[in-house]
Amino acid sequence: MQASAVEIRKVNKYYGPFHALKDVDLSIPPGKVTCLIGPSGSGKSTLLRCINFLEEYDSGEIRIDGQLIGYETPGRKMSGRKLREMRRSIGMVFQQFNLWPHMTAKENVAEGLIRVRGLSKAEAETRAAEALTKVGLADKMENHPSRMSGGQQQRVAIARAIAMEPRLMLFDEPTSALDPELVGEVLNVMKTLASEGMTMVVVTHEMGFAAHVADQVAFMEKGELVAVDSPQGIFHAPKDQRIQNFLRTYHERNSF
Amino acid sequence: MFSIPVFLDSFEPLIWAARYTLLISVLGIVLGLVIGTLICAARLSSNMVLRKLAALWVSFFRGVPLLVQLLVFYYSLAVIGIDVPATFAAVFTVGICASAYISEIWRGAIAALPKGQAEAAVAIGMKPSDVWTRIILPQAVTISLPALINELILLVKASSLVSVVGIMEITRASQAQAATTFRPLEVYIAAACIYLIINLCLSALGRYLEHRTAI
Repeated sequence: MQASAVEIRKVNKYYGPFHALKDVDLSIPPGKVTCLIGPSGSGKSTLLRCINFLEEYDSGEIRIDGQLIGYETPGRKMSGRKLREMRRSIGMVFQQFNLWPHMTAKENVAEGLIRVRGLSKAEAETRAAEALTKVGLADKMENHPSRMSGGQQQRVAIARAIAMEPRLMLFDEPTSALDPELVGEVLNVMKTLASEGMTMVVVTHEMGFAAHVADQVAFMEKGELVAVDSPQGIFHAPKDQRIQNFLRTYHERNSF
Repeated sequence: MFSIPVFLDSFEPLIWAARYTLLISVLGIVLGLVIGTLICAARLSSNMVLRKLAALWVSFFRGVPLLVQLLVFYYSLAVIGIDVPATFAAVFTVGICASAYISEIWRGAIAALPKGQAEAAVAIGMKPSDVWTRIILPQAVTISLPALINELILLVKASSLVSVVGIMEITRASQAQAATTFRPLEVYIAAACIYLIINLCLSALGRYLEHRTAI
């Protein structure tokens, strides 16, 4: 058995008195796609954001390739420099894209290569162009985000993350802010990445994507990780009543 | 009757005096930008003492009229025996007063940025100093440009107050001119024209900068 890319052990997170993550355990296998599904407010995004420590978890452990993130030892915070070093190899894509509006697509992608990886401007721009070509935006490199569709913006955001050559990619509801007809182009880029063996953790409401692309699906509700199984197991033979309810609501909403 | 020749003749000494108006406004806004940026940084810092001191600074210098600040500063230094040139006192007071407003302009612009902007930079491992100089400040400058130009225009007009410490800027020069010519109407209308021309130029500069930095 291969070591996990991400190992989540007994993770708890509180917002004041609200218990957002309850003793969550989850192993993310390398080179595979893990989808986190569940109702809104179930803690999927919070869990995802704990993996690169954008959200601080209060207890438990999250290890990236064996290395604890956020804490030096349990209870003692990691230095900013060390945390930044770990984040370099974790790409993240956000629901709202979060492109920098004062930069062109190419500058958005090159910025991290220059500031974080220390590449020369010329080298960074070459790599940015490669990454943008890969997501099908070779002809939009000089555009500012305001001149692009949501689907194009999200693809720039994916290019910005993959240009850093991460070992792991986190997607936080990457298609939830998109018009329905633009969802496909983003999912296609993600499928390509998955087929190339990128380790991916995807919080999504796209059950079709989870069913067809995921290697494992984790279902969360009320801060608890209810089940982790193959897509087959979650979608076609859910054992837990809560998953059955969630899928029933989902099907009702999407039937016409 | 309104005399056109007197009106036109008034311009020369007033334009000469306008250099003080410009000097005080421009140095005032530069000083205000420097101090205002520091005050804003203090207000956003994680240090509670710094935050409180900065908030106190803003309430004080925004809460006391500039004219009173000017008189207090100028005469209190005279009382303790420090002889400050009037121009220095004027620039200093105008700058400090402007810093209170400018720090709030910055704070508003920074607060208006979506949290995701900095988050995207932090997520790829960017240093805090780079997050500020590359992501937050360039956008904050663009957002706050109209408010900063507004502040500069207010300063040009507020600089008329420094006439009380004896600086021969436009307003004081026009008073002197009116007293010697006995034609106050012509002189003051000329003064109004000069203020208006300066501020129309500043508005145009603002529009140009906004256009240049539009995102």
